[in-house]
Amino acid sequence: MKRVLPAFWLVVFFTVPLWLQDQYILHVLITTGIFIIAAMSLNLLLGYTGQLSLGHVAFFGIGAYASALTTLGFDVELGGFRVVHEPWPAIIGFFVGIVIAGMSGYLIGRLSFKVRGAYFVIVTISFAEVTRLVALNWVELTQGPLALTNIPPFTLGFPGLGTYTLWSKTAYYYLVGVVGLVTYLVISRLVGSYIGRAMIALKENESLASSVGIDVTRYLVLAAVVSAAIAGAAGSLYAHYLKIIDPDIFLFIYTVTMVIMVITGGKGTLAGPIVGGIIFGFVPVIVRPFAAPAVQWILYGGLMILIVFVLPQGIVPAVERWLANWTQSKGKLAGVILAGNSKPGAGK
Amino acid sequence: MSLRGDPEAQFHTILQMARAGCIDARDEQVDQFFQHLVNAVVLGGTYALLGIGLTLIFGIMRVVNFTHGELYAFGAYIVYLVGATLGLNFFLGLVVAVIAGVLLGALIEITLLRPMRSADIDTVMLVMIGAWIVMQNTELLIWGGVAKAIVTPFPDAPLVIGPVSISWLRLFVLIVALLLIIGSYVLIHRTKLGKAMRATFQDTDTAALMGVHIKGIHTATFAIGSGLAAAAGALLGPVFLVTPTMGDLASLKAFAIVILGGLGNITGATIGGFILALVEEIGAGYISSGYRDAMGFLIIIVVMLFKPSGLFARAERVG
Repeated sequence: MKRVLPAFWLVVFFTVPLWLQDQYILHVLITTGIFIIAAMSLNLLLGYTGQLSLGHVAFFGIGAYASALTTLGFDVELGGFRVVHEPWPAIIGFFVGIVIAGMSGYLIGRLSFKVRGAYFVIVTISFAEVTRLVALNWVELTQGPLALTNIPPFTLGFPGLGTYTLWSKTAYYYLVGVVGLVTYLVISRLVGSYIGRAMIALKENESLASSVGIDVTRYLVLAAVVSAAIAGAAGSLYAHYLKIIDPDIFLFIYTVTMVIMVITGGKGTLAGPIVGGIIFGFVPVIVRPFAAPAVQWILYGGLMILIVFVLPQGIVPAVERWLANWTQSKGKLAGVILAGNSKPGAGK
Repeated sequence: MSLRGDPEAQFHTILQMARAGCIDARDEQVDQFFQHLVNAVVLGGTYALLGIGLTLIFGIMRVVNFTHGELYAFGAYIVYLVGATLGLNFFLGLVVAVIAGVLLGALIEITLLRPMRSADIDTVMLVMIGAWIVMQNTELLIWGGVAKAIVTPFPDAPLVIGPVSISWLRLFVLIVALLLIIGSYVLIHRTKLGKAMRATFQDTDTAALMGVHIKGIHTATFAIGSGLAAAAGALLGPVFLVTPTMGDLASLKAFAIVILGGLGNITGATIGGFILALVEEIGAGYISSGYRDAMGFLIIIVVMLFKPSGLFARAERVG
């Protein structure tokens, strides 16, 4: 049973474009998938190191812009020098997006982790807003509010088989699926390793963790770099899928969307962002026919408050606890039977 | 244009350039500088109100209040509602806005924050983000996304003093803001409620042992802070335009002011409000108007990195 269920879901997951006719739903699945990847990366910071970074959209946007600009090319003047970049293939842009987002993660992490708690939150928001304003005002590079348009789709080259350009939604569905799977594996390996245990240790008790020799800043910055790089990958997918990006990609509301997904699903759990992401990816689809966008957002906000009040740990841990209780009560029953068979007094 | 350029240095460069050119240009530059200064003072008064409100809430309750900017927007919309929709007096609108802000603040505290008192700061923050989304979109639902202009009874012609001109409305905004700042000082330092608030800030448990009704103090703090935010919005609404998203930047600017001034420091928040306004005006005037709103965030980042306790902090305290 335990092996069949995931296999079943994997089959469903990989065959969706084959039986799903509705292109709109497929589009929702793709964008939801991209946001789930971003939410998974946020979960690494929020759930495992316990740092509420509310500037996460900065890395998403930086990845999107870096990838798009690498692919489109640019011609800017920088400190008296003219910097010209010829267009490169989109797939290189994807990796450039990851690297640049990761580097920003290092820089911002190094600076922001000097403070904690409320101050950390505010500093991260500030970084994201500054990035947004730069994207809005550095018109020479980013086209500002005019947006970067005609971002080419990814082209994959297979040795001996020629190239394949991802034009269709189906192709993007699989691409996002693969990147999502890789992300999941990377994060699960990371949090299962020594590094992940160090992160959890410093979330639980930072001074205790540092007293046993865990270099707090080093692990926090490491988490920020990995998290930012993954968010950058998600941003790159977003840019090449939608083929247009503007500075609104840096809006605080997107960070909030990611945070809602992580919190609802359960921060600090691997499945949490996926569960939360699917819920919040499809809430708009369900309420869209009978609710204006403003009403949708009111529902979002209300749902967020409700979840914090009712299920502060999120859905996944609640389900896990429920399952554990269920197996435990079965276990107790077994224990009673066993105790009955053993000699009286042996239990003491 | 460099974002990192020191505004003052740039100003001096411009001055030198003007000196090299002709005398008239220099005079123009100086006049322009005074005009920026006057604008900054007007803006600074309302920023200080925003900052004082938030620093009280942040300091006493340890709540990162994302609804602060929405209270600001709410204040502006109430003035619009009373003036344009109901056709009543503008000044009455201001009073109603402040009272409505106080009541809404009290409502938020009692329904959302009181049950969350034992929760950690991050959890409460999430509740406040949820409340912020709900409030902003309710405004959007009621009043729509189109910016509203508030009509005031003040004459259009500005008051001209030497090289500087200031509209009567802005002068009125400055005076009311200053009165409210003084009012907050008196409240905190001269009343029994203020004394209880200061005691709660210093040590909640001891204050409770001394007979301070902590729940009541929290409600009062949040209500007063919200009232000040609504007042700031009601005052700046007529100067600018009223939009549902006007609160976003207001919240973040208020955080910048609080961080600049130090947590729970009212004097710091007052000075911080004026500094932020000045930096914004100078930045918009001499660097690039596009980066006007970036100034607050740069202040946050720089202060947090080099002096996290704020510029005016002796220690964390109210007063």
